[in-house]
Amino acid sequence: MGEIMTTSTLSRMFDSDIGWSFRQSWTARISTLILIALFAAALFAPFLATQNPYDISQLFLLDSELPPAWTDGGDPRYLLGTDQQARDLYSSILYGLRLSLVVGFASVALAAGLGISLGLLGGFMGGMVDGAIMRVADVLLSFPAILVALLVNGVARGILPPEQHADAAIWVMILAIGLTNWVQYARTVRGSTMVERQKEYVQAARINGVSGMGIMIHHILPNVLGPVLVIATINLGMAVLTEATLSFLGVGMPATQPSLGTLIRIGNEYLFSGVWWVVIFPSVVLVILVLAVNLLGDWLRDALNPKLR
Amino acid sequence: MTVLTVENLTVAFPGRNGVVNAIEDVSLSISPGEILGMVGESGAGKSMTGAAIIGLIEPPGRITKGKISLEGNRIDNLSPEAMRRIRGRKIGAIFQDPLTSLNPVLTVGDQLIETIQTHLKLTKPEARARAIDWLRRVGIPAPEARIDTYPHQYSGGMRQRVVIALALCAEPQLVIADEPTTALDVSVQAQIIALLRKLARETGVAVVLVTHDMGVIAETADRVAVMYAGRIVEVGAVAEVLTSPKHPYTAGLMASIPRIGPRPDVLAQIEGAMPRPNARPEGCAFGPRCPHRMEICGQKRPELSGTATKSVACHLTQGVPA
Amino acid sequence: MFGFLIRRIIQSVFVMLAVALIAFMMFRFMGDPVNSLVAENATTEERDAVRERLGLDQPMWVQYGRFVGRAATGDFGLSWRNARPVSTLLAERFPATAELVLVAAGLSLLLGIPLGILTALRPNSISAQSLQFLSLIGISLPTFVTGILLILIFSVWLGWLPSFGRGTVIDIGWWSTGFLTLSGLKALILPSFMLCLFQLTLIMRLVRAEMMEVLRTDYIKFAKARGLTNRSINFRHALKNTLIPVITIFGLQLGGLIAFAIVTETVFQWPGMGALFIQAVSFGDVPVMAAYLVLVSLIFVIINTTVDLLYAVLDPRLRVDTAKSAH
Repeated sequence: MGEIMTTSTLSRMFDSDIGWSFRQSWTARISTLILIALFAAALFAPFLATQNPYDISQLFLLDSELPPAWTDGGDPRYLLGTDQQARDLYSSILYGLRLSLVVGFASVALAAGLGISLGLLGGFMGGMVDGAIMRVADVLLSFPAILVALLVNGVARGILPPEQHADAAIWVMILAIGLTNWVQYARTVRGSTMVERQKEYVQAARINGVSGMGIMIHHILPNVLGPVLVIATINLGMAVLTEATLSFLGVGMPATQPSLGTLIRIGNEYLFSGVWWVVIFPSVVLVILVLAVNLLGDWLRDALNPKLR
Repeated sequence: MTVLTVENLTVAFPGRNGVVNAIEDVSLSISPGEILGMVGESGAGKSMTGAAIIGLIEPPGRITKGKISLEGNRIDNLSPEAMRRIRGRKIGAIFQDPLTSLNPVLTVGDQLIETIQTHLKLTKPEARARAIDWLRRVGIPAPEARIDTYPHQYSGGMRQRVVIALALCAEPQLVIADEPTTALDVSVQAQIIALLRKLARETGVAVVLVTHDMGVIAETADRVAVMYAGRIVEVGAVAEVLTSPKHPYTAGLMASIPRIGPRPDVLAQIEGAMPRPNARPEGCAFGPRCPHRMEICGQKRPELSGTATKSVACHLTQGVPA
Repeated sequence: MFGFLIRRIIQSVFVMLAVALIAFMMFRFMGDPVNSLVAENATTEERDAVRERLGLDQPMWVQYGRFVGRAATGDFGLSWRNARPVSTLLAERFPATAELVLVAAGLSLLLGIPLGILTALRPNSISAQSLQFLSLIGISLPTFVTGILLILIFSVWLGWLPSFGRGTVIDIGWWSTGFLTLSGLKALILPSFMLCLFQLTLIMRLVRAEMMEVLRTDYIKFAKARGLTNRSINFRHALKNTLIPVITIFGLQLGGLIAFAIVTETVFQWPGMGALFIQAVSFGDVPVMAAYLVLVSLIFVIINTTVDLLYAVLDPRLRVDTAKSAH
């Protein structure tokens, strides 16, 4: 594990306002703990899992549809039971969690990158460019995110030949979710940019023939970092949910590379035959993940809100 | 008989470091038809006193000592329902900002009629006629037409007139006017003050006029009470208090009013600032800033002494040179 | 007021044209329609003939114009999946989705507003705090998980309610309704409840926040100072001010209900437009996707405009009056 931060930076963070607020809020502490645990589980999935559920050679079909280890008929080798293909549910959940998080983070990164760039562009250039970007943003906002994501998904499927659907699924998902969520970043950054643009140092730079953009970014970023962080956190929860929903609907991650949502879909088909564990356990993990992210986002928003200080 | 008697009123707020008294040992009385001014800086406790009288202290603040009597009957310990019946009917209130005092989605008429019908046993048409009458009395032109209009269709001065009508329409004995002119244009201020004075004389209602503006007091009030750091430091007839203030704080206030005179001077001011409720000094709260400070001022708090019409809380019981 | 309406309509037309453009682009660039209409070994002349017949040799803007013209009459051609007219497919499925969404919307208001008021008036009571906590879980729970849980509890374990289909429906002209039969109504319960949950928590939190804000205003303080009854203050003075923004946000979120219906219809195998759309996305059936997009956009645009108008009706401050104001 690399040294991400020195102890002095950490202690400085801890002593700051945010650190104090963090120590006050038990929801923030628990959420962070849960998230760290989940991230670690996803990161170390290959080490923590008891098998690689996608490697057919590791599956014994006789072991399919086994209930969890602590119930009647359970097998201690398969902690949470197995599905119809004899895949170990515990391992599948770990890998599925990994996928859900990867898609979540990547789409947030895409949305943030896109949104911040467009916000800077619109705010700096103003005029028609800004107008066009804002118009698109408005139209996009008036549609529910899921619809836009589905549409992008559908278009991608139409363009790609069917054989490539499964492999490209993860990229399509990241693209689809990222494209729907950039607006909030854009608006925040645009606002800050427009404020900065009026300032004298920008005019001075322009007179000197230097583009004010570089200096502006230097000034803008510290201001928007807080709000962007809040948006990103809340967005992460939404992204994970959207991915899960798309996968559940059958247009997300395929059964060969299942995310938590796909697992739930697979489990749903066998609900009536009494195989409840394939649905319940991935659902529980998903809900805990999103709940923790939302709680953290809520706390972060209150902590960074200057009006509440 | 007095309309209102307040005796040793103390309002406390529990804070992080213990209990803080917003106002302490406040005593005053008002006679029917009298206009009593209450002046002081922001935070001195004038609005809090008014809120205590009408029973609208924001929780967690509460009255911890003293009593309030209206026409001889105690009102500070009534049940919420009993207090509600008194509000509007016996004690009215006018607040500072006419813009936000009126409900934007109800017509002026609706708000008036409802207030009238809540307290007086009148039918709807009778109440409506009363409402129109009140609008006319406060100087709204064409009241029959305007009664069904909304507050946003009125200007600031007109809105405050409506507010006054609302405060008086249930015919209370006492009205607490908390900074009624502060949010208005200067030209409109004079009109509203004149209106208040006229209505007070006409209806015989007593008025507690809370303000930080000495000019308004001078024009309108009969007596004035000066508050400092949660206590009353001087009470007396307006003319007397203004021309020969007994308390050094009052004297300082008078001196700091800019005057148009032959010699433009440096503006006089009182050094220092009023202490916060949780940082009041021992002895007299004004002591640290007082030009006539004596040894005893830092040790023992001066009590309000004198008559109801003229009293002062100061160890210097002689008059202060103006 | 009239000018406002005209402006909104023009704006809406522009939005629709933009949406139609996207739909048109989808048609043009996804797959080659000619391929599905000619044999594999067709000659170039035959392909050209088909191309000409479909009008694909015309300049882009002409094709777009024709597309818009056809779309305006509801003609989106044939579904690529089952070769039936898209408009017929949508018309068949529309009533199912419409009934579902209407019931869900009604439920969310019927339950959300009173619960929101309760939590606003008694913020520290146990019921209020547990409701707050539940609502936080509500927005974190994926809708399909809730649906599956509902099925698990009420269908699989208790066996009270059906878990798929609409039950028996009755055709009234072009519409098919499930309201008139017992099995139809029973079938509606679980899906509409699932659909309304997200909206319900949203409304509850919104009403709570708005009402608490309103109760802090000066005019409420003044109303208390006038000795008005608590009932009047809470339900007449405060509520009206609270509901105005709530109603408008509710209207704007209505579009979300239509979109979430997609998930609900999938979970409960409800034969509505949403299920149709998912099948189209899965298959890459462009005509259906495009038609759904245009139809839903139209609905959104109508809802948004109606909400704007409603806001003006409800809030007297927004009405442009001819009455003169006094000075």
